[in-house]
Amino acid sequence: MTKILEIKNLSKKYHAQEGEILAIENINMEINKGDFVALVGSSGCGKSTLLNIIAGLDNKSAGNILFGNENPKIGYMFQSDCLFPWLTIYENCILGLKISKKNTKENQEYVLSLLKKYNLDEFKDKYPTCLSGGMKQRIALIRTLALKPDILLLDEPFNALDYQSRLAISNDVYEIIKKEEQTAIMVTHDISEAVAMANKVYVLSKRPSTVKKVYKIELENSTNPINNRKDKKFMEYYDVLWKELDVNV
Amino acid sequence: MSKEQSFYLKKIKRNKINIIFAQILITIIFFLLWQILADKKIINPFIFSSPKKIMETIFSLYQNYNLFSHIWTTLYETIIAFGLGITLGFTIAIILYECKTIAKIIDPFLTMLNSLPKVALGPIIIIWAGANMKSIIVMALLINLILSIITIYNGFLNTDAYKIKLLKSFGASKLQILTKVVIPASYSTIISSLKINISMSLIGVIMGEFLVSKKGIGYLIIYGTQVFNLHIVMSGIIILILISFLLYELIDKLEKKLLKEK
Repeated sequence: MTKILEIKNLSKKYHAQEGEILAIENINMEINKGDFVALVGSSGCGKSTLLNIIAGLDNKSAGNILFGNENPKIGYMFQSDCLFPWLTIYENCILGLKISKKNTKENQEYVLSLLKKYNLDEFKDKYPTCLSGGMKQRIALIRTLALKPDILLLDEPFNALDYQSRLAISNDVYEIIKKEEQTAIMVTHDISEAVAMANKVYVLSKRPSTVKKVYKIELENSTNPINNRKDKKFMEYYDVLWKELDVNV
Repeated sequence: MSKEQSFYLKKIKRNKINIIFAQILITIIFFLLWQILADKKIINPFIFSSPKKIMETIFSLYQNYNLFSHIWTTLYETIIAFGLGITLGFTIAIILYECKTIAKIIDPFLTMLNSLPKVALGPIIIIWAGANMKSIIVMALLINLILSIITIYNGFLNTDAYKIKLLKSFGASKLQILTKVVIPASYSTIISSLKINISMSLIGVIMGEFLVSKKGIGYLIIYGTQVFNLHIVMSGIIILILISFLLYELIDKLEKKLLKEK
């Protein structure tokens, strides 16, 4: 297994007038190529902060982040699809390429091929308002994949969707990620989503966030997130994670 | 097209026609009532004038007082103040957005200037800029600029934080974030500020013309008051209402055209 990311003793402190706030404390992680890792934990425990630090959008206070190669490319997907309504679907897809000055003919063709592969090429000259919630989320993923990232960071990407769309789109997104042989780290509140999609689940404690436990998800017959929910071992993992999270309502 | 759909479209069209009809009817009733009350001497026609007298006065102003030259002067001053206000407002809003410390420093000053009745500065402006068109434009600029800065700056601040974060994840520079997200996302706010700015510019110009002018609709109104000819005053007000409506409609059409293009 090729190690693509290693996090060693990572900590993050915030400075506020009331004093220092320790958000993350001594987090250790190992991500291999092709892994689909889910981070679960209570609200505000620092899951998104961890993704921001990996993406280089936030600074760490201590520890090390070691990537498998020197200049890792990181793709980031958020809760909202973040499509720009004033740009066409194609212009939205190549936005990252334009900004990072990688808008080459080869990359443009790659974007067009992705649009075609996932049946969205007929919408390329249309605006995001013409698309359904699921289509928008797939476009957001294609925009991220256009940069050919080494790691994909997904920050609660299905949070804004209703339950049925959430199931269908998580299935779509999972299949695209697997087909494109991507490595992904996903933050989620939904334990069933974590078990159905990930091969490794990191349970984070309440603030200051530490890794409470790591679970390797080994379902009997893993196919896609919808079918995985019917797997015999699915409920076992679900129950264990539920207890581990110690949810108090 | 199904019967129900055709009925629905007809209903929308009918509703639109009804609204326009009601608006025209209210205007006609207003002027008719005004004319009748003046003719029957229920209201004093010398103080309140009458639509008929106003029409005669406008015609007489056109023949004897070069009315179009007055209208053009007011329009010219308004357009200059509007152009300056929107350009400066947009530029200053960008500076404030990019330099949050400057924004924090000048925030109370902007609030103070915004709540200050600008007409109070009139005499000082006349002394500084002279008793000429410059004073009128400065007065209008003072009225529209602060509001433009505040509106556009707040529009910039309301940009979706996730969209900014997305661009940062692509490695975007500050300039790219500004031009690719912040400004396009504030498009409707900028257009709204154009609408506010054009009305404020006209208000400022008329206030300026009240204080110092030899030409313009504001001058005609003040002249009418001084010679106690309230028909001129009322005519000036009616012309101002028409100018204000036309300028607003112009910006509204521009907004629709630009938004359609986008």
